[in-house]
Amino acid sequence: MADGAAPARDPNAGPLLSVRDIARSFDVSRPWLARMLEGQPRLLLKAVDGVSFDIPRGETLSLVGESGCGKSTVARLVVGLYRPSRGTINFDGVNVTALRTRAALKPVRRRFQMIFQDPYASLNPRWRVRDIIAEPIRAHRLMKDNQEIGRRVDELLRLVRLSPADGEKYPHEFSGGQRQRISIARALSSNPDFLVCDEPTSALDVSVQAQILNLMKDLQRELGLTYLFISHNLAVVFHISDRVGVMYLGRIVELADVKALFASPQHPYTRLLLDAIPDLEMSGRGRTPVAGEVPNPLDPPTGCAFHPRCPWANERCRRETPVMKPVPGGASSSGTVAACHAVEEGRIGPGPTQK
Amino acid sequence: MSAPATRANRPLLDVRNLHVEFPTRRGRLVAVDDVSFHIDAGEVLGVVGESGAGKSLTGAAIIGLLEPPGRIAGGEVLLDGKRIDNLPAEQLRRIRGRQIGAVFQDPLTSLDPLFTVGQQLTETITTHLDLSESEARNRAIELLREVGIPGAERRIDHYPHQFSGGMRQRVVIALALCAQPRLIIADEPTTALDVSIQAQIITLLKRLCRDHGAAVMLVTHDMGVIAETADRVAVMYAGRIAEIGPVADVIQRPRHPYTVGLMGSIPKLDRAVPRLVQIEGSMPRLNAIPTGCAFNPRCPKVFERCRIERPELFPVGGSAAACWLHATTLAEAARG
Repeated sequence: MADGAAPARDPNAGPLLSVRDIARSFDVSRPWLARMLEGQPRLLLKAVDGVSFDIPRGETLSLVGESGCGKSTVARLVVGLYRPSRGTINFDGVNVTALRTRAALKPVRRRFQMIFQDPYASLNPRWRVRDIIAEPIRAHRLMKDNQEIGRRVDELLRLVRLSPADGEKYPHEFSGGQRQRISIARALSSNPDFLVCDEPTSALDVSVQAQILNLMKDLQRELGLTYLFISHNLAVVFHISDRVGVMYLGRIVELADVKALFASPQHPYTRLLLDAIPDLEMSGRGRTPVAGEVPNPLDPPTGCAFHPRCPWANERCRRETPVMKPVPGGASSSGTVAACHAVEEGRIGPGPTQK
Repeated sequence: MSAPATRANRPLLDVRNLHVEFPTRRGRLVAVDDVSFHIDAGEVLGVVGESGAGKSLTGAAIIGLLEPPGRIAGGEVLLDGKRIDNLPAEQLRRIRGRQIGAVFQDPLTSLDPLFTVGQQLTETITTHLDLSESEARNRAIELLREVGIPGAERRIDHYPHQFSGGMRQRVVIALALCAQPRLIIADEPTTALDVSIQAQIITLLKRLCRDHGAAVMLVTHDMGVIAETADRVAVMYAGRIAEIGPVADVIQRPRHPYTVGLMGSIPKLDRAVPRLVQIEGSMPRLNAIPTGCAFNPRCPKVFERCRIERPELFPVGGSAAACWLHATTLAEAARG
């Protein structure tokens, strides 16, 4: 299956995916004529503004944040659905952003796939499940013989705990959870090493969500997959991740090992998010209701984008945009990087541990 | 949190043996099957369940907003002791506006995009309360302030699209509250919102319920929201109540195997587990509800009786569960 373009792999060689300072803005200006008549400038929305992270082989990095923070845009940039305005994406040592032609991209393209949020919209209703799953195999010309493809599809269906007989059905005959299994089978059909999962369980009920999360963890172990996982649900992120990046208004504000992030969150926004999770244990913990909402990304605040909502903000925060820096001290926060002046200066104490 | 004083009196909302069905060409589909519960004034009853469990239909049936061909096929709905399920449409409409407020998941569907929020609020207020136009406007501003909208005097003249999602949901809550209803039916009020906004809305709902002494039926799929907000909770499965009881009992000592599985399948922040508890399969479709207990094909503790005979709610501890495991000898005896 390995085609010539795949470089010889040293298991110790660097991360599988390495993203450096990627950014993407969208032109949301009004039409040219209206702009000219009213003398308005171009309007650029910076959806992602300088995001960097690494994902080692076989690990899961999650990006978490509220709607509009740019997490889905990062996912789409990584799989190549959008072209970055700047920055580089290295996949297994290959700079994907430099590959301009379809032909150059093809050998790499097979090795990463994406799973989408809505299992109702992402499967073609007129195709049999068998053909949906076989599509990437045919598109990448991985197998020629139809019988061979058939056997591979059966194997994939069993892999996602469906039966080969299900291949003859159409998507509408399945429930949401089963459809998401079909999406996963399709994503796995080209033998990828890397899956980008954009809110894969957000449209599902909790009991079905548990089935899919368990399946994803099993597959990761069995096939040695690497995941970039996008979610707004912190409990899901806690369950599935090795490392977590918290995003706010197009930037990562804190990046840490999952245990460190949940045990001692550093950035005030991370603390806010953790505090806002409804508590099943009902410790009677009074929530600190957070004032304010995510600001308009067309007109982001100066300095640190979080300062209007931050209880620790001072003059420097309003003026100067903080950069990602390792968090000083504390064994618990080793490996944590955060973009916050208050954390850097030690103005806020160690994070309150989750009860 | 429920006021003990009202305990002795009759409950504000009393639902008895409610049945909702959809006639189809291939026969009747029973979507809500013999559901009974009550809510006291000042109390929040959470109704949880997965999609298709019948929780939203139960809410819609109570306020008389079932989409045809869905209809109430049996049972009674009593508001403050008076039946409201058999009233003529016009009379029910008046009660709905005056005594029952509704908050739905998507705030945009509850607001008219062509009118300012002020026009919508004052219209509702003058329809149901005996107030003049300017008094109504003042009351509307007061309400907007109460639900936490900054600059209410200015914001009242804005259109719905000028508000963010969280702010819109606040407007909808203000709209639901403006005739001072005694019952609020909130169907997934926080599902479309981000977590930090969710917390604000939940805190708001709780406070309003306490201050106004309104009864709240909170329909959601989110156990976390229930845990923080509700006094009691009803867990629905395939159109029936599987378990009902005080929120602490149901969450910490779930009795029905479905509730046990549901609680285990929620990822938790306080302990890392390698695998989540998994309930195999999915909820049956309405045209294929198994005989006996509807949960029996998925139940890890199933035995012969579950496949034949349908369990009713048996008292266990502080709650009640529809499961043969909890059939007490007393209940057995009563059945003969």
